[in-house]
Amino acid sequence: MALTPDRKRDIERAARRVRIDTIEMTHAAKCGHPGGPLGMADFMATLFMAHLRLDGETLHDPDRDRLVLGNGHTCAGLYSLLSQKGLFPPELLATFRKLGSPLQGHPHRNPELGIDMSTGSLGNGLSVGVGMALAARLNGWSSRIYVASSDGESQEGQIWEAATSAAHYGLSNLCVLVDFNNIQIDGVMREVMDVRDLRAKYEAFGWHAVDVDGHDIDAVDGALCEARETDDRPSAIICHTTLGKGVSFMENEAGWHGVAPDDEQATRALAELGV
Amino acid sequence: MLAETSETTTVDTPSAKKVATRDAYGEALVELGREREDLVVLDADLSGSTRTKGFSKAFPERFFNMGVAEANMMGTAAGLAAMGKTVFASSFAMFAAGKAWEQIRQSICIPQLDVKICASHAGLTVGEDGKSHQMLEDLTIMGVLPHMTVIVPADAVEARGAVRAAADLDGPVYVRLSRAPTPVVLPQEHRFEVGKATTLRDGSDLAIVACGVEVGAALDAAALLTADGIEARVINMATIKPLDEELLRRAAVECGAVLTAEEHQVRGGLGSAVSDLLARTSPVPMDMVGVEDTFGESGRAEELLVRFGLDAASLATRARALMERKS
Repeated sequence: MALTPDRKRDIERAARRVRIDTIEMTHAAKCGHPGGPLGMADFMATLFMAHLRLDGETLHDPDRDRLVLGNGHTCAGLYSLLSQKGLFPPELLATFRKLGSPLQGHPHRNPELGIDMSTGSLGNGLSVGVGMALAARLNGWSSRIYVASSDGESQEGQIWEAATSAAHYGLSNLCVLVDFNNIQIDGVMREVMDVRDLRAKYEAFGWHAVDVDGHDIDAVDGALCEARETDDRPSAIICHTTLGKGVSFMENEAGWHGVAPDDEQATRALAELGV
Repeated sequence: MLAETSETTTVDTPSAKKVATRDAYGEALVELGREREDLVVLDADLSGSTRTKGFSKAFPERFFNMGVAEANMMGTAAGLAAMGKTVFASSFAMFAAGKAWEQIRQSICIPQLDVKICASHAGLTVGEDGKSHQMLEDLTIMGVLPHMTVIVPADAVEARGAVRAAADLDGPVYVRLSRAPTPVVLPQEHRFEVGKATTLRDGSDLAIVACGVEVGAALDAAALLTADGIEARVINMATIKPLDEELLRRAAVECGAVLTAEEHQVRGGLGSAVSDLLARTSPVPMDMVGVEDTFGESGRAEELLVRFGLDAASLATRARALMERKS
């Protein structure tokens, strides 16, 4: 079913909030990874606002959905979305990466805040998703297990161990969203280590897999609906995105993978985002 | 022959009966499976050898063979545990601890999840398979991980208790198991408790602190030492982490010399843990028996223990030399 105009407006608003929060959080922390969350903002906002059953009310329902942020360095975006879903007050975002904060530089599992898994070392997330999907099925729960991953992370061999096992066990309750922006720390992914056609790879591993424009909210929503209707295999949604999307001087620049904006850059970025 | 008092278990000679600790693990798992609905077991294509096969037959819906992919198995175990399951994950020690160390650190220990890694085929007693399979570094790399409990059962009796204790403990546990049948040195009524060592033989000339197959060797060595008029205390240090600090300190003070023995690299395992504690609290002359910074080789289990100086006679020789250093 297509998104209603109201719902679409909610998603757009949430994605814009993710971008603003990401700039403010990394600026305040004077470190962090702004490029990824800016690029992922549209598809992650679509997931959180239209699909993921996780908010302040459902937090302690055992059969709620789960999200594992495999590319944990993009957690500024995760924290923004969790606060927008009422898991904690937005004021907490200002503590990002600071001593004593539950909002660690890479996610640390915190059942009270809706942070479902500790991640940070690439390659681990999808395996955790496999275990969660097996547990949900064993318990007869309707939980859907979402894993965020990336093209760079797909260079890790463990991803393909996990992909093999998810298909073997027919985990139709598992869905991976791959942020494919062709940028990694050392430069252009195609030049550093080309992972080639991830849709074809996931298909060859026995998954239902689609390519979408990761900034097209309707397309992402459609792919998430299709994944939910796929009842015999796991689903992979390859979200093609632009690193740093929404801030002109950050777009497609590998340098913005893991560097925080200074005062002047933050002001310019926020101005571009309409703040 | 075997009598356990509140503190000391007296063992005259080790029982002739030999059972592999992996067999006790397999049996305990099936028992636990009957008692606990939340128990899930994973293996990486070695269920016949690690003895998880019994569980897989009894509870096929709660057993998942993850194929030859140990890293993914540990991540999967973490995911199951994050959803409330108590998970046992098994492979050979080399692959469970060695290949999947990073996954154990990131996905199991950091979030403190309820995953029990029961690793068989540890140490030299793997035998003929040789150095690629003789895991001699697992206590180092598992013990160094925060939140990880590390257990090395002395025999099949203790293995059964350790597996049950691991299931009851909240958080990650590493249990080191052996392929080769080894002597049963503890009485059937022995109760394993995490973090509690047991004194199997009293003596005050020196303390031999051992784990795993070396506990039997230590008892035999103590018997040999009586001919020299040396009365050795033999301590079964089944939990490497957390150490039974109180019992160790008392042994050091009362005996004045400590010899450790383990089927593991001499650095980074039991000996290092004991010396680390005693150096800070009650330093006494020490020696450590283990594998000396080398890999293993093919051979029969008993031959290898002699070849690497881990047999009773070698322990006794090292104990006599240590006695010379006592002031």
